[in-house]
Amino acid sequence: MALTGLQIYKLLPQTNCKECGFPTCLAFAMKLAAKQAELSACPTVSEEAKAQLEAASAPPIRLITVSGDGHRIEVGNETVLFRHEKTFYHPPGLFVRVRDTQPPDEVRRMAAQVEGYSVDYVGTALSLDGVAVEAASGEAGRFAEAVAAVRAETRRPLILMSRDAAILEAGLTKVSGSVPLLYAADGANWQAMAALAKRAKLPLACHAIGLAALANLVEQVKGTGVEDLVLDPGPRDFTSSLAALTQIRRLAVKKNFRLLGYPVITFPGESATDVVEEGLLASQHAGKYAGFIVLDRFSPELAYALLVLRQNIYTDPQKPIQVQPGIYEINSPTPESPVLVTTNFSITYFAVANEVAGAGRPAWLLIVDAEGMSVLTAWAAGKFDAARIAKAVQTSSLAEKVNHRRLVIPGYVAVLSGELEEALPGWEVLVGPREAIDLPGFLKLRW
Amino acid sequence: MPVTVEIPKEKWAGKVREITLGATPEQGGTRTRTVTVGGETTLPFLHFEGSIPHPPAIALEVTSRPPEDWPGLLREVWGEVALDPAQWAQAVEVRGADLVLLTLNLEDTPDQARQVVRQVLAATGLPLLVFGPGQADKDNELLVAVAEDAKGERLVLGTCEDKNYRTIVAAALAHGHLVNARSPMDVNLAKQLNILIHDMGLPMDRLIMDPTTGALGYGLEYGYSVMERLRLAALAGDAMTQQPMLVSPNEEVWKAKEAKVAEGVPAAWGNLAERAVTWETMTAAALIQAGADIVTVRHPETVRRVRVLVSRLMEA
Ligand code: B12
Ligand code: SF4
Repeated sequence: MALTGLQIYKLLPQTNCKECGFPTCLAFAMKLAAKQAELSACPTVSEEAKAQLEAASAPPIRLITVSGDGHRIEVGNETVLFRHEKTFYHPPGLFVRVRDTQPPDEVRRMAAQVEGYSVDYVGTALSLDGVAVEAASGEAGRFAEAVAAVRAETRRPLILMSRDAAILEAGLTKVSGSVPLLYAADGANWQAMAALAKRAKLPLACHAIGLAALANLVEQVKGTGVEDLVLDPGPRDFTSSLAALTQIRRLAVKKNFRLLGYPVITFPGESATDVVEEGLLASQHAGKYAGFIVLDRFSPELAYALLVLRQNIYTDPQKPIQVQPGIYEINSPTPESPVLVTTNFSITYFAVANEVAGAGRPAWLLIVDAEGMSVLTAWAAGKFDAARIAKAVQTSSLAEKVNHRRLVIPGYVAVLSGELEEALPGWEVLVGPREAIDLPGFLKLRW
Repeated sequence: MPVTVEIPKEKWAGKVREITLGATPEQGGTRTRTVTVGGETTLPFLHFEGSIPHPPAIALEVTSRPPEDWPGLLREVWGEVALDPAQWAQAVEVRGADLVLLTLNLEDTPDQARQVVRQVLAATGLPLLVFGPGQADKDNELLVAVAEDAKGERLVLGTCEDKNYRTIVAAALAHGHLVNARSPMDVNLAKQLNILIHDMGLPMDRLIMDPTTGALGYGLEYGYSVMERLRLAALAGDAMTQQPMLVSPNEEVWKAKEAKVAEGVPAAWGNLAERAVTWETMTAAALIQAGADIVTVRHPETVRRVRVLVSRLMEA
């Protein structure tokens, strides 16, 4: 929890020596509280005060980074329980698990699938984050081979899974240059695991059943100097995992309980009987507080839905995703090509642009500044009316780009057509279909 | 052990109202069973903190006329029965829905609306929701006729919006029905509509609120957060937000390209049939996690899947 200026002042030397560049310690403390200065500017602050100040300014949930070559994922650093309170910052990593007991071909195929999976959603490429490799065989050699096989297919981040530090270490020889997550320390192995994590400078997951046992394990592991931790509180089913993840989030964010202030890893496949159930549980974890989600089953349909859900939940509620207003060219339009009008809400823009682009039809897309709202929302809010559209047409260079004077407006705002024709003398307004899917057919017929 | 952890529990002052849909013969209707929703004393499925007395209910949609504007996939899965609302309602019951949502058509006359509601009531013992075609005047005309004719059934009449709630609420009030009050994704508007309806004298155990939703990928997050906020307000004790919530993936999902198009889409989208059901299921699932008490859907496989979710979430 952030300290006030006065609380910070009490921790400073209070000598007003001005070395920090401020006239008094109090002035410096105020700047620190406002995050407009760095503590390091004071040369005389005690180590103890420094530690206290750093602990107090640390985020309630530690940011953990896992990386491969050219890919990294950061999770944690969340500050709220509900997205409307501010926003959720770091979407959970989506990983797919392979086991070293699976045939090597299958391991490679699954890794390649993760590597190759990508979908476009409102102009962003969404992809899976990496692969978890589990040493189910209990043999260091086999595990290392499986890790190498996965690495040959993908350079995305990895999670290495075994309860035996020596086996994990064998796997680590195959991942040089990357920062995998080690899974997991438990009540029995934590010394060896913590030593490995410390030596290799890697984040470490801690597994214990129950929050008290987990907090104690974390305390022990932290005591060895390992700071980057991930939590596995144990439950695998829907309601117990919801309870555990909610409790951990509440403790971290509302009680500032440091020992559980880390991202949580979940394994929705372990209690699920099929891909449907696994997907449902993974979707729960995506909305309710997971930092890493390790899937056992993969289907493109499920991956797509989960990636979009994750994106939706982690969208900043204060800022609708928008595109720049203006004229967009689709498939190299000519002066004869149609002019399509819509709003600058990203989802709307891409729904229309993708449809027209996908059908191979050239068009000019005139994007009106509707403050990032969908067609009907903007219309209902008075941000997509005849006056705004007319102004967008008049202030753009549209009239020079096309040799006709016809506009297509979205079918949902058919009511605007009369008014718009009045506001734009010389232009003819065509009412398009309601859904963008029907645009190519409409253009074929009417243009 | 040195460290102890106190499980953080909220002490909520409020509770969601319990509402029963449908009426048996003893209660003045003809339903063979009723469905009760609401009654939560904590956030969705936090059994460690409060009680979740009733599972969310799943409604399958049936249309009064063959649903020509539905995507091909849906028309195929229902096949012939979709030509006859009564047979369709029976099929809905067989497919395991808790409720039947009957949507009337813009072309229906009041007489036809009465007829089709009668047929559906005769064909199934499930409680019924009857929604108009979504045009205020037409909704009023049809729903008033239906309310009168099906007196005492505790139908859910929808959809009441700020522009037409008066007529529909009056009809519900006079003939023993419930209403679904829909507002456009805004906590204050939802609350305000509840107050207006309350002020007309409708008992609050006959009012379901519908904060509107978007499909996965098409505005889902707005509705999701409005529902979370409404539920938090209800639990904090705001009496005018304590209604169970209904949301309609059926109306949103099947407009999305993901649920409609088989050809010419990226391979990463997978195949249409599975994708479409996944889209409807995931939309409904997210809304249930945000506090939905009733979800309305179109595909029978969605019902099976959402049922899996609901039964897992009810395991205390
Ligand atoms: C999400 C949402 C919101 C979000 C805003 C999201 C955003 N950034 O726009 C929030 C919660 C903020 C919101 C607010 C409001 N909303 Co709103 N909202 C919706 C919702 C659920 C989904 C909108 C959406 O994202 N659709 C997806 C996009 C892609 O659709 P689209 O832009 O229409 O694009 C499609 C088509 O139009 C077409 N298309 C687009 N461009 C073009 C161009 C051409 C040429 C063609 C041919 C086709 C075409 O292709 C696209 C895909 O098919 C709708 C209900 C619904 N299901 O539609 C209500 C809805 C649009 N909202 C509505 C209302 C009333 C409001 C408010 C006024 C409520 C209020 N008083 O607070 C406010 C207004 C905003 C404000 N004052 O701040 C009403 C509008 C009713 C009406 N007909 O007037 C709706 C329909 C809900 C309802 N049934 O009551 N809303
Ligand atoms: S440098 Fe440190 S001790 Fe000196 S004035 Fe600044 S805060 Fe105070």
